[in-house]
Amino acid sequence: MRNYIIARLLAIIPTTMVLILFVVVLIRLLPGDAIDVLLEEQVRLDDVSRAELEARLGLDKSLPEEFVRYTLGTLRGDLGNSIFTEEPVTGLIRQRIGVTLTMGVMALVIGATTGVVIGIISAVRRNSLLDYFLRSVSIAGLSIPNFAIATAVIVFPTIWWKWSPPVIYTPPGDGIWPYIAQFFTPAIILGLSLSASLMRLTRTMMLEVLRQDYITTARSKGVREGTVVMRHALRNALIPVVSLLGIQVAFLLSGTVILESIFSLPGLGRTLIGSLTARDYPVVQGLTVVSGLLVIMVNLMVDVSYGVLDPRTRAE
Amino acid sequence: MAVAGDAMLVPREPSLAARWSTTLVRFARRQPIGAFSAAVLVLLVFVAIFADVIAPYSPTRNNVGESLISPSTDHFFGTDQFGRDLFSRVVHGARISLYVGLGATFGAAACATILGAVSGYLGGVFDYIVQRFVDASQALPPLVMLIAILVVLEPSVTNVIIALAARGALSLSRVIRGAVIGIRAFPFIDAARAMGASTPRILLRHILPNIFPVVVVLMSTSIGGYIVAEASLSFLGFGVPPPTPSWGGIMSAEGRLYMIVQPWILVFPTIALSLVVYVMNMFGDALRDELDPRLRGSR
Repeated sequence: MRNYIIARLLAIIPTTMVLILFVVVLIRLLPGDAIDVLLEEQVRLDDVSRAELEARLGLDKSLPEEFVRYTLGTLRGDLGNSIFTEEPVTGLIRQRIGVTLTMGVMALVIGATTGVVIGIISAVRRNSLLDYFLRSVSIAGLSIPNFAIATAVIVFPTIWWKWSPPVIYTPPGDGIWPYIAQFFTPAIILGLSLSASLMRLTRTMMLEVLRQDYITTARSKGVREGTVVMRHALRNALIPVVSLLGIQVAFLLSGTVILESIFSLPGLGRTLIGSLTARDYPVVQGLTVVSGLLVIMVNLMVDVSYGVLDPRTRAE
Repeated sequence: MAVAGDAMLVPREPSLAARWSTTLVRFARRQPIGAFSAAVLVLLVFVAIFADVIAPYSPTRNNVGESLISPSTDHFFGTDQFGRDLFSRVVHGARISLYVGLGATFGAAACATILGAVSGYLGGVFDYIVQRFVDASQALPPLVMLIAILVVLEPSVTNVIIALAARGALSLSRVIRGAVIGIRAFPFIDAARAMGASTPRILLRHILPNIFPVVVVLMSTSIGGYIVAEASLSFLGFGVPPPTPSWGGIMSAEGRLYMIVQPWILVFPTIALSLVVYVMNMFGDALRDELDPRLRGSR
């Protein structure tokens, strides 16, 4: 088990290096006039010379030099500074990451629990009316894009009841409950598509496992049906579901970009959109690297959790 | 079936059209939902091609005198805040969705096939490096990566397709690589090599035909995702630039205040987009079950 975790940890290094290479190359691919546009458009850069701005973007160094500098910076927790405010990007991220993480974790919990529970119900009551109903709803959940649902959730209550979910941010300082409560609507919408895809896989895997001989054995020994489903079947059915969860985390973070924008929540996603509109490229670079690292970390946890779920991986 | 003289004597191969129709009938019988989806898709392609004929008005012409009208016989879906006919915009939006969806699918599949086949067949250092790029692309949230690419490329329909295809190619290539590694182990590949076939020849004549079903299935299951991704990008303002009608763009955040007056602006594009994505997913599932049973339940 320890060797397994060490091997997984080492595998992170090359992936992270490619991630950093991506953001470093990205800046160099900007159209030639991007610097001129920045200097002309942005009043905040009036006192800044062209050479100074290029230095702030890391364009004064060669690609290998800049890559090494950025990598070492990332290791120290330094992701450069905003070209406008010269505020460190890491500080900005530290302020904003709480919102994204709170919403993401809430969506993950809501999506995973409903998806798995509905998947089990659907598998146990296979081909019943309830099963067809749940499957139809989940396919609908997969087909309607989250930004359409989110917009509808704001627009229709306003029309019908002259009320809409708040789109004003409440900082955690105003009390922990109002802070958490404001994330419920976006987190449920975000969890919806996750729940739908998890439900479909849980159902398939449960049906597969419930056909196995050891389930028949357990039943014939007189084990209660609830125990058979929860202990014997679910534990084995969950392994591929957990790996799908790992893949879906990247999509979940994608969704936070959209939902933070719609619900005006100051998280990483909204900061990304804001800094793109302002062309604050170092902030874009930093956010890209951090969101990639978040996904890598979650997938690491998923891989380690295999060891808990499936003792066979521990032996390897 | 009156067929003239000589042809009667020789038993003829069924014509291409006849073989295709048998295949189609069999598909329809085994996969009724898939066949229904295919019919809707044909309809969508029809709408996209003849958008200019079907749409009664120009999708981009402003008419301030007629803004925010409810659906009527003049304007089937009503009008938006600029007085543009919503029905015409949704019809033309089908063209953009389909164009982006198909463009990204074919672009991604072509690049992924080359990348995956070469990476899987050659193995070694090349494979290792390519796979780390795939890892990194999968670690990035799709929208973050797409937006980052589009900032460099400047938003346009073609660039949206390029960005989607680039991301798609990397993630699809891993599945294709897996299939190639499986095929590489078969003795007929060794036989071909023993007979002196070059690497490009083995890839083209022996590997490619065998991974073709996998590629087709991947293409059909991924197209819906590209259409949603385009809509999301346009919704956020990083996709197809206005006034070009894209379904995501019509629903975009700037129009939200007007939707409170005229919710049809939100409703019709949502229905169109969801229907297309639903139909694409169903068709993809059906095709997967038909062509490659091993992939069943993988989504």
